[in-house]
Amino acid sequence: MTLAITSPAFKENARAAIADPQLQGVLRQGLGFVDRRQAAIDRLPEFDALRDSARDIKDHTLAHLDLYLEAYEERLRAAGGQVHYAVTPDEARAAILDICRKAGAKTVTKGKTMIAEEIGLNDFLEANGIAPVETDLGEYIIQIRHEAPSHIIAPAIHLNKAQVEADFRRVHTHLPENRNLAEPATLLAEARSILRERFLAADVGITGANFLVAETGTSIIVTNEGNGDLTQTLPKVHIVLATIEKLVPTLEDVSQLLRVLARSATGQDMSVYTTFSTGPRRAEDPDGPAEYHVVILDNGRSAMLGGEFQDMLRCIRCGACMNHCPIFGAIGGHAYGWVYPGPMGAVLTPALIGVDLAGNLPNASTFCGRCEEVCPVRIPLPRMMRDWREREFERHLSSATVRSGLAFWAFFAKRPRLYGFATAIAARALALFGSRSGRFGWLPFASAWTRDRDFPAPQGATFQSQWKRRKR
Amino acid sequence: MADIPSAETSAQSASARTRVGLFVTCLVDLMRPSVGFAAAKLLEDAGCSVEVPRQACCGQPAYNSGDRRTTREIAAQVIEVFAPYDYVVAPSGSCAGMLKVHYPRLFRDDPNRLPRAEAFAAKTFELVSFLVDVLGVSSVAARLEGSVTYHDACSGLRELGIQAQPRKLLATVGGLKVKEMREADVCCGFGGTFCVKYPAISNVIVGKKTENVAATGADMLLAGDLGCLMNMAGKLKREGRNIAVRHVAEVLAGMTEDPPIGDIRARAQAGP
Repeated sequence: MTLAITSPAFKENARAAIADPQLQGVLRQGLGFVDRRQAAIDRLPEFDALRDSARDIKDHTLAHLDLYLEAYEERLRAAGGQVHYAVTPDEARAAILDICRKAGAKTVTKGKTMIAEEIGLNDFLEANGIAPVETDLGEYIIQIRHEAPSHIIAPAIHLNKAQVEADFRRVHTHLPENRNLAEPATLLAEARSILRERFLAADVGITGANFLVAETGTSIIVTNEGNGDLTQTLPKVHIVLATIEKLVPTLEDVSQLLRVLARSATGQDMSVYTTFSTGPRRAEDPDGPAEYHVVILDNGRSAMLGGEFQDMLRCIRCGACMNHCPIFGAIGGHAYGWVYPGPMGAVLTPALIGVDLAGNLPNASTFCGRCEEVCPVRIPLPRMMRDWREREFERHLSSATVRSGLAFWAFFAKRPRLYGFATAIAARALALFGSRSGRFGWLPFASAWTRDRDFPAPQGATFQSQWKRRKR
Repeated sequence: MADIPSAETSAQSASARTRVGLFVTCLVDLMRPSVGFAAAKLLEDAGCSVEVPRQACCGQPAYNSGDRRTTREIAAQVIEVFAPYDYVVAPSGSCAGMLKVHYPRLFRDDPNRLPRAEAFAAKTFELVSFLVDVLGVSSVAARLEGSVTYHDACSGLRELGIQAQPRKLLATVGGLKVKEMREADVCCGFGGTFCVKYPAISNVIVGKKTENVAATGADMLLAGDLGCLMNMAGKLKREGRNIAVRHVAEVLAGMTEDPPIGDIRARAQAGP
């Protein structure tokens, strides 16, 4: 039981997204992330040097991940926390359910965590009689709509204000009908008043982790709403759900990474809240949970270590790659068909659920390179998308049409003399038929192109044949 | 760069001149030879001797489809054929990026072939950046009345750093005004095989591009890659927009007698 995978239907998903006028309206408007990121970077001349440093920190950690995991666990145990390793989503869910059952939990509040999406935690808890309550505003909105996040940092980015207002009126039926919900501020106030009660009623709080610090056994989350703090300090049990690549050696390293994270994500210098937690409440603490658990999930990541996809494990989940991706900008996040959309999803998803299911994702890229250009940890995303295509090709997973078309083309491309002969004929023929208007409104074998654009006609004789004549 | 002849020495014998092998690109060869002749003129004007060895394609369709073996075979051929020249120049950032950035990567585990791939990469350039960065060309003799907007094709921009060079030379074209578009550095949605594998997505992306192009009010759209140009021209035509589309080399070489991409006649030049 994980989030339903619709990645194999990527093309159909994309077509539906393109035909959805509300979604297209939201996507065209955007959230201003691109401009704000640029403005933040313009204010910080050393940004590129920080990116190098961020990349190096993550590379170093990944090279010694076993040591840092052990160190983290040791420090956390010393602080009274418990570590649960989970190889599979099943194991992670079982560990979380076990903790919740022991705590007699009926309600669980949740801070934003993509790992919970990865293991389908909400559905699982509900099926086991425990009510999960999302406390991040965006997550709360999509929870009441029974949707998945469409963006890793802005889960409800696919919705407009009117849609959210309609959902609140549909779900919050105990509130007066004539209340004003026309402004983001009034929507926020309503969500806050609802969530306040849930925070106080929750038995267990589950958060993700942006970083796990080996030096101190600390878990760190960044949020803009403060919901993470209430999720992890009010209930008597706090569960951190993390994955192995969240490890970093020291607090000093974290401060480096934080300098590139929010700037890359939203263009903020820092997120509003950066929250550190290390184990349960100590005797002298005024508040905090009585129990502190960290569930560390692998789910295929350790298999990426040492291979061509290891660089993907540097990802700090800022979302800059998708904010700058023309494909994401055209179809939004849901079309990718699983948890992680955009360029980072196009590389990570095949590693986690298999390229046989997710093969469309690394193929649906123009290799424009904008994702790599903005990545704060310099992940070579286009290179790895191509690597996935090579895996697909080697395993004969690419479509028969693509393979036979490619073989036909390659036959000529490898024989330049024959190629010159064939293209000379093709150019002449195309030019002849296209000479009336200079373009084609329809072409056999090219209807994918000509459905929405004309195909410019060639000028006539090929360059190479003309050049030969010129030189004579 | 001291050993490279300037335009003034172009009357010297061919043997003393810089020998450039023109990698014409399969699209220019098949679709728009005038770009190849414009490239040759620009190179010859800058004092180079231009030769065109028999060639087909750089191999990107195979490379980007995951067929590394075919790509290697094609790359080895290209490297071999262009061995005699001082430089290899392509009127395309995408193909030049393939030759310069990706060929060495293809042979990174092949110690026998890697040095040749690296030497080949080192002498390979995209046309406009070669003129400006290597030959030191700072102006062109061309003249064109009207206004243009320039699209930064992705591979040239991000793999080869081509952004200032074409603008620098366009600024010296007499009578020409350059109007920058919004998001000039955002992909046009072509992406080689992408545009036919995912045509609906490609169409949304190119639609945003043509909107930005039209918003400038420019008479003409230029770029340095024929694939992107055909995509954008095809969309502009389908939308019925009266904007001419040309490869930047045609304008820089002053060779705009041929009809623009997707047109049958040279468009009457709009006044300034």
